[in-house]
Amino acid sequence: MRIPYYPGCTLKTKAKNFEDSAVASLDSLGVQLAEMPVWNCCGTVYCLAVDETAHQLAPVRNLLRLKEQGESQVVSLCTMCYNSLKRANLLMKTDVEKRGKIVNFVSEGEGSYGGEVEVLHLLEVLRDEIGFERVRREVTKPLKGLKVAPYYGCLLLRPAEVAIDDPLRPTILEDLLVSLGAEAVDFPHKTECCGSFQTVNNVELVVECARRILDAAAEAGAEVMITSCPLCAFNLDHRQREIRKVYSDFRGMPVLYFTQLMAIALELGEGVCRFDLNHADPRPLLASKGVM
Amino acid sequence: MEKVGVFLCHCDLNISGDVDVKKVLDAISQYPGVVYVEDCKDLCLPAGLDLIKKAIEEKGLKGVVLNSCSPGLHEGLYRQTVVSMGLSPYAYEIANLREVCGWPLVCDKEEATARAIQAIKASLNKLDWGEAVAPVSVPITKRALVIGGGIAGIQAALDIADGGYEVILVEKTSSIGGRMIQLSETFPTLDCPQCIETPRMVDVSQHPNIKLMAYCEVESLSGSAGNFTVKIRQKATYVDWSKCTGCGDCMEKCPYRRIPAEFDCYLGNRRAIYRPFPQAVPNRPIIDTKGCVRFLRAGAGDTRERCRACAIACQSDAIDFEMQDTFVEEKVGAIVVATGYDVFPKEKITEYPKDPDIIDGLQMERLLSSTGPTAGQMKRPSDGKVPQEVVFIQCVGSRDPAHYFPYCSRVCCMYTAKQAMLYKHAVHDGQAYVFYMDIRADGKGYEEFIQRAMEEDKVLYIRGRVSKIFRKGDKLMVWGIDTLSGNNVEIPADLVVLAVALVPSAGTKELAEKLGVAVDENGFMAEANAKLGTMESSTSGIYLAGMVQGLRDIPDSVQQAGGAASKVLDLFAKDEILLEPALVAATV
Repeated sequence: MRIPYYPGCTLKTKAKNFEDSAVASLDSLGVQLAEMPVWNCCGTVYCLAVDETAHQLAPVRNLLRLKEQGESQVVSLCTMCYNSLKRANLLMKTDVEKRGKIVNFVSEGEGSYGGEVEVLHLLEVLRDEIGFERVRREVTKPLKGLKVAPYYGCLLLRPAEVAIDDPLRPTILEDLLVSLGAEAVDFPHKTECCGSFQTVNNVELVVECARRILDAAAEAGAEVMITSCPLCAFNLDHRQREIRKVYSDFRGMPVLYFTQLMAIALELGEGVCRFDLNHADPRPLLASKGVM
Repeated sequence: MEKVGVFLCHCDLNISGDVDVKKVLDAISQYPGVVYVEDCKDLCLPAGLDLIKKAIEEKGLKGVVLNSCSPGLHEGLYRQTVVSMGLSPYAYEIANLREVCGWPLVCDKEEATARAIQAIKASLNKLDWGEAVAPVSVPITKRALVIGGGIAGIQAALDIADGGYEVILVEKTSSIGGRMIQLSETFPTLDCPQCIETPRMVDVSQHPNIKLMAYCEVESLSGSAGNFTVKIRQKATYVDWSKCTGCGDCMEKCPYRRIPAEFDCYLGNRRAIYRPFPQAVPNRPIIDTKGCVRFLRAGAGDTRERCRACAIACQSDAIDFEMQDTFVEEKVGAIVVATGYDVFPKEKITEYPKDPDIIDGLQMERLLSSTGPTAGQMKRPSDGKVPQEVVFIQCVGSRDPAHYFPYCSRVCCMYTAKQAMLYKHAVHDGQAYVFYMDIRADGKGYEEFIQRAMEEDKVLYIRGRVSKIFRKGDKLMVWGIDTLSGNNVEIPADLVVLAVALVPSAGTKELAEKLGVAVDENGFMAEANAKLGTMESSTSGIYLAGMVQGLRDIPDSVQQAGGAASKVLDLFAKDEILLEPALVAATV
């Protein structure tokens, strides 16, 4: 199976560990993530746009390209990219006036786009097109005894029209963890904001958000956390340094992308996991659990 | 028909403003059979009625067509007028010129007028059929059926029985008492419901005119007002209640004692053979075949020696494992439905998690009640600790059209204040918080009651909603907002009580279908008229009392039950009922 893939900026740089582990995992499941030949930034955070219409230019340009290439679907790994593309897509489907203005500008009067391309998150593809049962069968090293806290964050589940699961009681990450043989640990703040782009100019806020999330996961018994968004990963993983500066007794835990855990369970080797890009090194923990 | 008079009401300007009265009168006066046409400003007023009477007398009219507003409003009045002049009630027809012709076509007078003429011609045609029919008179069966043995059903049954008529009271559980008997103390008097309701329950059981059928359900209904035939299912209790003395030995000896008790909202346990509560009326046990292992094993085909502990313990030989459901048919003339409410399952409120220390209002009543699972001691479900900080949240599921129910559940503001007060009476150094949107305390003494909770018992009222509750060790962290100060609030609570929305009791829809009664958009049985007819259902002869028609408190339920009973007594004051001969003629 082949599915067009939109990487987004971070996946090529800070989040290369996300991309490499994802591409390898899906490849072993028989799915080729075919990167779009030409793409640009997804437009990122919806709410930061000063001009709502101008903000759509970036995601719509990507969607239009996909249509012109004859694609009917696109999968994103980064949740923020998924959210931006999906919301732009819905707008193009429903708002005829904006559609005319934006598509006209982007295509220089040549193209048309009305939401023909389906925007998916990798987790949706795993659940709906590959199936977690299939994943479970392919797993050769079940992550037995590994207690994992599934962190959803905001953009996978909000707003309602782009949510990939029930916004109040989601289970998609837990289902994935179960199929990998790991133990999913429920904790109260799994759908709360990590602080997001406030990390740029309000680190204190992010420290509070991230600490609350990580402490709650630790209290619930988790040893490692998984996420689907590079910004969440940055705030929860890299910002642990800042948390420790404020709270000297902060324990923290490794934070991985869900695809890194997949790569381990599918025994695809450390190389594709690129743990060097993770702040908190997960290798000692994984070794102690006998999964690496 | 010959010698017909046609009367047109202007309805002030409501008809004459939208319909060309003169044109209509001109057209109709040409119609065969019409000998007299007249219009007037208000036909329903005495002057208008006199006009009709005068015309009937002076012109010798044999039939009358009246054209005014909807028949629903004045049909009875007009019919009476016509009948008083010696004409048959079916020698009169009414055409609705207001709601059907004038109002909908307010922008098109020509069209409205044409439609009015058409409507009157149709009524004139229908008059021809009226000559051939007469109402059918049937004798009324002067016995009433009351469905539901809660406080409303009990009140209605007692009132009808005291009025001199026989009443059959059917209750689906094994005891009457309903929800009121589950409550701790009732607002605003803090009366103990066991104390004030049990005398009524005993009255019911001893009243010579009341046939109490507990653990029974209505199976089917046929007939019409004054002449119903109801089939009632008498469910198998597996205990012969005529032999049983209510001694309770069987319950003592039953080895299956950890079945979550419905009466205690699953906070406490009962036996497989049980009475829902000690003051049950009838004071007789039943066997729960889903909890009794003897029945479960029999159902699974297990042929081992089976438990007979209750039968062995019973000194009156009352246990009968072979009992079956039986059916009985009763003839009644009127029915009062008083089947009450349930609490919406809080597990379906997805904003809050499932936790043993997050309970709903009815569960709190059981915790506070001296007949409850903790004998009235304030102990929380998870570990039996006495809670020092209790958070009450109002409007959970109510007033929420986007996700749950659009309506207000009516009693929660009052019972939350009461529960907070009773908690404080039990735990003097505890702190109670109430998160509210509004305080609805409209009854007599209600506002004073709320003030008492705030001032005397120092209950802290916070205006705002709770967005999140999560467990953190021993505590339940409650995240809410105080909109009056604009601050976020975090309370580490020991117990959280949700005032969850109330809904019509399970089976209301199915019962309504059996009875042929309409239900409204929220599942409550529909009243005949929202303002003036809340005690009558949409079906003649079937009356409504209590929460089944709409949420209300105990005083209002009792009031409505009395009103429904008086409607039944009205019906029984006559010996016969006239059935309308309805005719349908279709050309195929």
